[in-house]
Amino acid sequence: MSDLIKIKRGVDIKLVGQAEQIYATVDQADSFAIKPSDFNGFKAKLLVKEGDEVKAGSPILFDKNKESVKICAPVSGEITEIVRGEKRRLVAIRILADKEVKFVDFGKADPNSLDAEAVKDKLLNSGCWPLIKQRPYNIVANPERSPKAIFISCFDTSPISPDMDFVVHGMDKEFQTGIDAIRKLTEGKVYLGVDAKTNPSSVFTSCKGVEIKKFNGPHPAGNVGVQIHNIDPINKGEYVWTLSPQDIIIIGRLFLEGKYDSQINIAVTGSEVNKPRYYKTRTGASVKNFLASNVSDAKLRYISGNVLTGTRINSDGYLGFYDRQITVIPEGDEEEFFGWISPGLNKFSISRAMFSWMMPNKKYALDSGMHGEERAFVVTGEYEKVFPFDIFPVQLLKAIMVRDLEAMENLGIYEVVEEDFALCEVVCTSKIPVQETVREGLDLMLNELGD
Amino acid sequence: MKLFKNLLASVKPHFEEGGKLEKLYPVYDGFATFLFVPGHSTHTGAHIRDGIDLKRTMITVVMALVPALLFGMWNAGYQHYLALGLNDSVSFWEQLGFGAMKVLPLVIVSYAVGLGIEFGFCVVKKHQINEGFLVSGMLIPLIMPVDIPLWMVALSTAFAVIIGKEVFGGTGMNILNPALTARAFAFFAYPTFMSGDKVWINTSLNEGQSVADGFSGATALGELATTGDTRFEAMDMFLGTIPGSIGETSTLAILIGAAILLYTGIGSWKIMLSAVLGGITMGLIFNGVADFMISPEQQGFMSVPYYEHLMMGGFAFGVVFMATDPVSASQTSKGKWIYGFLTGMLCILIRVFNPAYPEGVMMAILFMNVMAPLIDHYVVEGNVKRRKKRLKVKTA
Repeated sequence: MSDLIKIKRGVDIKLVGQAEQIYATVDQADSFAIKPSDFNGFKAKLLVKEGDEVKAGSPILFDKNKESVKICAPVSGEITEIVRGEKRRLVAIRILADKEVKFVDFGKADPNSLDAEAVKDKLLNSGCWPLIKQRPYNIVANPERSPKAIFISCFDTSPISPDMDFVVHGMDKEFQTGIDAIRKLTEGKVYLGVDAKTNPSSVFTSCKGVEIKKFNGPHPAGNVGVQIHNIDPINKGEYVWTLSPQDIIIIGRLFLEGKYDSQINIAVTGSEVNKPRYYKTRTGASVKNFLASNVSDAKLRYISGNVLTGTRINSDGYLGFYDRQITVIPEGDEEEFFGWISPGLNKFSISRAMFSWMMPNKKYALDSGMHGEERAFVVTGEYEKVFPFDIFPVQLLKAIMVRDLEAMENLGIYEVVEEDFALCEVVCTSKIPVQETVREGLDLMLNELGD
Repeated sequence: MKLFKNLLASVKPHFEEGGKLEKLYPVYDGFATFLFVPGHSTHTGAHIRDGIDLKRTMITVVMALVPALLFGMWNAGYQHYLALGLNDSVSFWEQLGFGAMKVLPLVIVSYAVGLGIEFGFCVVKKHQINEGFLVSGMLIPLIMPVDIPLWMVALSTAFAVIIGKEVFGGTGMNILNPALTARAFAFFAYPTFMSGDKVWINTSLNEGQSVADGFSGATALGELATTGDTRFEAMDMFLGTIPGSIGETSTLAILIGAAILLYTGIGSWKIMLSAVLGGITMGLIFNGVADFMISPEQQGFMSVPYYEHLMMGGFAFGVVFMATDPVSASQTSKGKWIYGFLTGMLCILIRVFNPAYPEGVMMAILFMNVMAPLIDHYVVEGNVKRRKKRLKVKTA
């Protein structure tokens, strides 16, 4: 196989509000949260109660089904609140952070001199383990398995996404150490997918012990699912694990410094952010300080993550465990008078039914409006334009809707997760809730077949 | 805009739960969403969405039909005055006006009956009004002869909406193209109004008028089927100054519509292209074997140049507006190629070989509508097999 893989189908949605490559400083967030809903397939059990003092790396939650998998505190401080929702479902565990973070000492180690079990134990005990996600199902990896390969996408093609080369700059050593550690976890290879259109950071290109594959194409070329599909697709009964580059760095730090230091660089982006910049923080941080007097006065939609796959939060909400980006766009809940016949110059569309096709390089300030109502599937061939898999997306979705497990398996559900369908959802004429449907399908398979 | 908003707000209580007209809520909802795209914002999944919705899609198709509609109106008048030998003394506007008086009632009846039934179903089933009929309602009059009685249009439309669409679950669920279902119903129920050489041109006479000497109302295909020859030139067929169903005669007007559908990306270029290729293939095959036919009519019909087949009858209209209906066509890419190609071939095949139906497009498309799920099934099975094979290669 050639090292350059071309992705033809997909679309880059050009939005206003790309972060400028500057690290801005604000008062460090004093509140952090762990949200169990970030972890698919995780049956959360609490290990702390309100008022407990924790250190960075102290376990907060464990998985009822896999007790060795723990989620640990990102900072030291006091557990101020355990938020519960309907039926006492755990919603969030909030931590009031100390000024100086105190770490649990897990001991330094050279991953090259450890065996797989030792690496695994270290990752599990320190709270780094949940950074590893498993496909199929998009869940926290099952530590009892050994995946056939591990995939890391080293670029993000989603709209106004953080520049991966920029955020990992200068962390060669941490990255290499992290890679050395996770290499122990698989018999197979560790693949890095890099962007062929730019000159990728030396952090990636000079990394040893990995196989580098170049990808060229529009979004979703940077989605790890597309890369897996082109390198070594997942068959029934196979498992792969995925991580993102900043997760590898957190793991690297664990081995170099002996602590769970979940420091990450995030981008604060979107058309309604006055100064879109990068910030340094930790996983689960309150977004309040990044947005204070930095957003417009309009009615706003706050998103932890990007516009395609992110989670809606409040203006004083928290960054998701896997999210490295905050996006703020206008809320689109205004009625549009004869909206379906207006020229649509400010609306994005992959069809040319909106006259915005006259401005191919326009950057949009899109709002969160649906621009229509949900309907049955009518238009065909639409998803296929933005779905670079050898999978029939509509047929798979219909199989999920009728809960036909065999058809889902035959049509390739093991290879996809929600984010792979995000663009399908965006372009859908019938406004079908595609990602939610895919998640339902994955949960159904997970419940019936186990991970 | 404020006015409409206030109006909607003032009548809304009547339609809500407990109101006098509670049962008619879908009708209110249909009008309200017609005036204002609702201010729903995304609640799950992606936070931004494409500006397109089904209303926009459907209205784009209706726009694409407008050239064929306008030309059809003018041509109805032109043919009428031609039959009376009066074209030298009437103006363009008189021709258009006469045609409009004939065609617009058909359009109004088709929409009124179709939308009325759709509204009724929505009220009974308590679901939202779908936009599908916006296009069907325009297609139905365009594929009818100009002189068809209005009540027949009403009955055909009712049949198409109820049996062709609603019994399957409404827009998006139907197997057959609803507009062609309407035409097929009229064709078999009232054959004398749907075929022959009397129905295509209105020859109603006012006092002092008479039909011109040597007038014939036969279509090109009608002539070819009986005599093996036609008096129409290729250029007439391209421009559309020939008798035929209202919207089908002008290949040029249809091409404008096709350009709109293709450029906006709403019509499938795969189906259109493959259907044209299928038509050409069949035309060329016939050209090749024409000399071996026994009867001179057959020889004549089969030696019609392949490109004229594309401009005669309903081929262009059917391929651009009917075969591409995404609900009743094949849904997979590969399936679209097969579906389109076979549709094109069958159109010409039925047209040339079946003396009972001088035109084959309606039958060909309806037949392929029925076959489309089968084509898709095999295309999807191919994908499934590929995936299973990948696993086998691995484990072997």
